[in-house]
Amino acid sequence: MSDANNLQSIAALVPRGARVLDLGCGDGALLDVLQRERGCTGYGIEIDDANVLACVKRGVNVIQLNLDEGLSMFDDASFDVVLQIDTLQHLRNAEVMLRETARVGKTGIVAFPNFAHWPNRLSVLRGRMPVTKRLPYQWYDTPNIRVGTFADFIDLAHKNALRIVDAFGLEQGREVRWLPNARAGTALFKFVRA
Amino acid sequence: MTFEAPLPLQSGASIRDYTLAYETYGTLNAERSNAVLICHALNASHHVAGVYEGQPKSEGWWDNMIGPGKPVDTNRYFVIGVNNLGSCFGSTGPMHTHPDTGRVYGADFPVVTVEDWVNAQARLLDALGIQQLAAVMGGSLGGMQALSWTLQYPERMRHAVVVASAPNLNAENIAFNEVARRAIVTDPDFHGGHFYEHNVVPKRGLRIARMIGHITYLSDDVMNEKFGRQLREAVVDSTTGYRYSTQDVEFQIESYLRYQGDKFSEYFDANTYLLITRALDYFDPARSFGGSLSAALAQAKCRFLLVSFTTDWRFSPQRSREIVKGLLDNRRDVSYAEIDAPHGHDAFLLEDPRYLDVVRAYFNHKVPA
Repeated sequence: MSDANNLQSIAALVPRGARVLDLGCGDGALLDVLQRERGCTGYGIEIDDANVLACVKRGVNVIQLNLDEGLSMFDDASFDVVLQIDTLQHLRNAEVMLRETARVGKTGIVAFPNFAHWPNRLSVLRGRMPVTKRLPYQWYDTPNIRVGTFADFIDLAHKNALRIVDAFGLEQGREVRWLPNARAGTALFKFVRA
Repeated sequence: MTFEAPLPLQSGASIRDYTLAYETYGTLNAERSNAVLICHALNASHHVAGVYEGQPKSEGWWDNMIGPGKPVDTNRYFVIGVNNLGSCFGSTGPMHTHPDTGRVYGADFPVVTVEDWVNAQARLLDALGIQQLAAVMGGSLGGMQALSWTLQYPERMRHAVVVASAPNLNAENIAFNEVARRAIVTDPDFHGGHFYEHNVVPKRGLRIARMIGHITYLSDDVMNEKFGRQLREAVVDSTTGYRYSTQDVEFQIESYLRYQGDKFSEYFDANTYLLITRALDYFDPARSFGGSLSAALAQAKCRFLLVSFTTDWRFSPQRSREIVKGLLDNRRDVSYAEIDAPHGHDAFLLEDPRYLDVVRAYFNHKVPA
């Protein structure tokens, strides 16, 4: 997901000058791009010590919090955009955090590995859990505790009264708008509260 | 440095002809833009870093943080350590002579607040010709001063680093302070705060105050790991190892606390202890804003780094998060590290690479000299 082209595709969804909250911001690479190239301001939330340090080194504002404890620190609609890039699949309370994303942000952007990507389907058909570049873990040590597909997210969004304003897949740095559920390793959604 | 002009205090009183002890490290640059002010906590002084010549054991209290090549690098910054009014390490305090009466202040030393200390420090900066600090920094009570600086003089710093601190003390914290104060005040050697005239020191009270403090600075886990139920010396002819005494030192933890208490009572001033714990109790910048910390923090203009420690129950992470939230509400630049350290409140003075690296990275990458 650190692919530079993917980063640019996501950054392009964020309006210039937006106030951004990046949930699970990792080493702060996306926020760094948003600040330098799109004039955005904001904060990253991160739990990992090494990532917090990396963010500080980049000069990105970072707040060390466990997202499973919720977003009570943030007021309703206090950010233009709330990002969850490769975060959703690690969260115990993924659905609550999706609602929180929509509460705190005027717009939400979520990206996560699409388990319905065709190589994954082939693997499961062969009777094996997929191990790919995008999903490099064995079934017994994966940090991805939420396993979902592009199509599944659409249902979850509707269930939580979210209106999807854009949705596409990302594969090898390119946007996939035709049959993304089968053709893309990453699912990407931009949504607002309905 | 001596200041003749009276300093008006928050209480309405004032203090004149006072001295502030301070030390500096590194070199002030030509633009006078690389100064970092370090504010101290309860039991510390202006001697923040380095050792005095010929005294190898005289390390400053934040020597792992400040110095050449350290997280706050004195090759880059001009660091100022200042001892607060009312303290007992060189600045004017209750053991000094009241210029109005010619007698030792004792209990007549005016009650000083965090805000008063900041005003006194600002006068020192004026005298040193420093208009704006690169950063103001402190831990615990020192963090309260750093925070107060950003509200009282928002234009006078570009960054604030607030470690293991809180926007005010909760009831439990005030309670601990009160127990410590009662221990001192009820010591027969206290003499209403005028013990200097009797050539005695209320050491019993100071010892107990320090013992209580020490318990609250450590975490349960660290205390158990360090001392557990270990006995100081086992009695050979007993299966339990107990001496069956009620007044002897038997457990290692008792021995440790008594040692710390004894040591403290040799050098710390009883009136200073009362004054500093009172300043802690009073600090509450939200109070004049209807209790809203966010409204108070609207005054702040600088960028912030906050650090807390997970096992610190005296100044818990929750209290630092309140400050973070107040800054977020005001859209201020803030980073916050919550270090998973086992050492309780003491962690802010200890060598933990995660903590020191974050501070180092912040200064290196965010704080231009």
